[in-house]
Amino acid sequence: MAFQFTRALACGAAAVALAFGAAGAAQARDLIVGLKTEPSSMDPQYHALTPNIQISNTMFDGLVNTDAKLNPQPALAESWTVDGNVWTFKLRPGVKFSDGSPVTAEDIVFTYARAPKVPNSPSPFTLYLSAVEKTEAVDPQTVRITTKGPAPLLLVNLAQMPIMSKKAASGAAPEGKTTTELNSGDGLVGTGPYKFVSWKRGAELVLARNDHYWGKKPAWDRIVYRPMTNAASRVAALLAGDVDMIEDPPTDDLARLKQNKKLFVEETPSARVVYIGLDQYADKSPGIPGLDKNPLKDKRVREALSLAIDREAIVQRVMGGAAQAAANLLPYPMFGTSKERTAIPKANVEKAKALLKEAGYPDGFAITLGSPSGRYINDAKVAQAIASMWTRIGVKTSVDALAPPVFFKGRDSYQFSAYLAGWAASTGEMSNPLNSLVVTPDPKRGVGTTNRGRYSNPEMDKLVAQAGTTMDDKARSELLQKASGLVIDDYGILPVHFELSVWAMKSDLRYEGRADQTTQAQNAVPAP
Amino acid sequence: MLATIIRRLLQTVVVMVVMSALVFAGIYLVGDPISMLASPEATEAQREAIRQSLGLDLPLWQQYLIFMGQAVQGDFGNSFLTGEPAMRLILQRMPATLELASVAMLLSVLVGVPLGILAGLKPKAPRSRAIMTGSVLGFSLPNFWVGMMLIMVFAVMLGWLPASGRGDTVQLGPIGLSVLTLDGWASLLLPALTIALAKCSLIIRVTRAATRESLPMDYIKFARAKGLSEKRVLGVHLLKNILIPVVTVAGLEYGQVIAFAVVTETVFSWPGMGKLLIDSIINLDRPVVVAYLMLVVFLLVMLNLVVDILYTVLDPRVRLEARQ
Repeated sequence: MAFQFTRALACGAAAVALAFGAAGAAQARDLIVGLKTEPSSMDPQYHALTPNIQISNTMFDGLVNTDAKLNPQPALAESWTVDGNVWTFKLRPGVKFSDGSPVTAEDIVFTYARAPKVPNSPSPFTLYLSAVEKTEAVDPQTVRITTKGPAPLLLVNLAQMPIMSKKAASGAAPEGKTTTELNSGDGLVGTGPYKFVSWKRGAELVLARNDHYWGKKPAWDRIVYRPMTNAASRVAALLAGDVDMIEDPPTDDLARLKQNKKLFVEETPSARVVYIGLDQYADKSPGIPGLDKNPLKDKRVREALSLAIDREAIVQRVMGGAAQAAANLLPYPMFGTSKERTAIPKANVEKAKALLKEAGYPDGFAITLGSPSGRYINDAKVAQAIASMWTRIGVKTSVDALAPPVFFKGRDSYQFSAYLAGWAASTGEMSNPLNSLVVTPDPKRGVGTTNRGRYSNPEMDKLVAQAGTTMDDKARSELLQKASGLVIDDYGILPVHFELSVWAMKSDLRYEGRADQTTQAQNAVPAP
Repeated sequence: MLATIIRRLLQTVVVMVVMSALVFAGIYLVGDPISMLASPEATEAQREAIRQSLGLDLPLWQQYLIFMGQAVQGDFGNSFLTGEPAMRLILQRMPATLELASVAMLLSVLVGVPLGILAGLKPKAPRSRAIMTGSVLGFSLPNFWVGMMLIMVFAVMLGWLPASGRGDTVQLGPIGLSVLTLDGWASLLLPALTIALAKCSLIIRVTRAATRESLPMDYIKFARAKGLSEKRVLGVHLLKNILIPVVTVAGLEYGQVIAFAVVTETVFSWPGMGKLLIDSIINLDRPVVVAYLMLVVFLLVMLNLVVDILYTVLDPRVRLEARQ
């Protein structure tokens, strides 16, 4: 609590600091980046989470990489063919690791075999290999991957698997070089544009240009990452010229940062949707006292709640413009979205009240809206705004804003009748949010893992499952469009907005923001 | 003396056991570490596998006994988040915090004691009033605000000093120190000043009160009557007698700064162990939180012990009492 208070006031102080403008804009050949979260490890197969993945993407390549819009692009694999469940990848000739040794098919086999062996991984990379039956080296330049069934998402998933060097990362332990060894740089050899130099946990991580890199020569001699958890401190460090580029400046400061001529602000729509989940399972929902039945099972009530939300107002007033109002689970034109579903539903208090009356709740009811505080950008403030909008139509809403671990514990044990949360589609296409957020939970198939409102629509389940085995892109996209349309029309989940990812940097720099919100420092370039 | 030390150490063990049990239970009640660690896309089966590999599937009391069994042998478990030994993570960060705390306390004592004596000698003089007013400001201004203002003036507006980080360090064995380089000092100055401002004010007030108490004492009058120089009266006779409260306060405050310099460390992105504690609490990284608090309890008790021992050195009366 005290810490949050501190942050709020510190933000205010930073705002004053902004008014005085930045000093110094040294044109360094090194790039210094202020990170919001430090990676937990250097081992590219230890922790499948954004802070780690963004760093390993700078030191490693996958068979394929994803571009800023999350479309797979050839990387170590130059081309590939698909025949049923058999994928054959031709490696790019002449690619070398940062230690000068050539990349062969054996390295890919080694990498994929290592992932399940990494001990104590808090979030294993096997997540991305779940469709893979086996990986074989046909010859030094050819890799054959057999999948368990049709796997339209294989490429996007393989893009999350950085290829390690078999020669460098082999060792005595079952997994080869251990996580601790890799943390010290031992065996940390990749093909990416930068290579590891040193890491002082909590202080700085230094990478240097990899002269063996196969792609375009990157702009910086060295990249230095400094973890700065406090947003106001990041802004101050940028203004003072200590760092060249920062992640996630506070939204309250955005307007002033944009006016500052010494800075440049990049905003990119992300694949992270902030949504409201509604309990559509329990007969008597825990967060709705005084009612014998669960009103949220009535579609008219859900529609009324959606109509009550003024999404544009939230974007402008609560998010400081750093968001995009949402009408779907992914922003258009990402894969599986349709143009027809981009119109933002207008807030309509009268219609919402009429719907409530029609559903048999002329005086509304009381409900608790759960929200994490500090997990998503301005999450608790957005929940407060939505609560007041719901109260306006007679649904008396109180907000239960909790520290993230407490919130997730409550949500995962179904203690909320309504909750605000966010979802980032790491694959950048529609089947990911659908499978996680709205498909009927089925632990055996591993779907519906985060469907804590327990929405269930067999027809939609069927469409999503069908899309999961459809290899033809056009047909799959249509299936996903249809499936997402069903959920949205059913008000099974209420999308509120898509976060914009924001980076602030010195005015002589440019960075193309990525939809997955990662900071891939190799893509920062001097301004033209 | 030895008996006192042994008794203190035994008390420490009891406090540490009770505290670790409380933290264990507390974190268990707060939430599930898996929900913070695992990728949101992980399936139930994958989560269960992680839970097992971290030993979180066992009943809480069993987890605690396993932890205590290892802790007795000096192993505080591995961090859930980084997989590295928790104590090592903390000890890696400790030099940065110790350095910051030591410089800050040294500054406060070196500035605070002379100013306090000055204010105590002539309490009505305008100079003394100015010092006292300044000290009120010093400890009523919030830490983070002072930090932010210092950054704003010296880093952003004037550009003299860096706003964050630790600067160049010199490696002495496993320990990196900033105080040995100019760049390191530049980085150290602002965070140390931020902490020192509040602590210094406290020391000024304690010194002033002690000075005013001691001045009318017979031994001061006698020393003056003997015709000793004012320098000797203040520097020897007075200083020796006011040191006891000053050492007490400085010792306890030093412990506080080491353990909980969180705010200053966060504002200045200072890579110390206070920041590690906050990050670990947020991630429910229990091994790190427990190990940290156990270490801090140990440190605080030890500091208290050192203060007590210093008493006997400084004050002959305490020595005599102990003998009786």
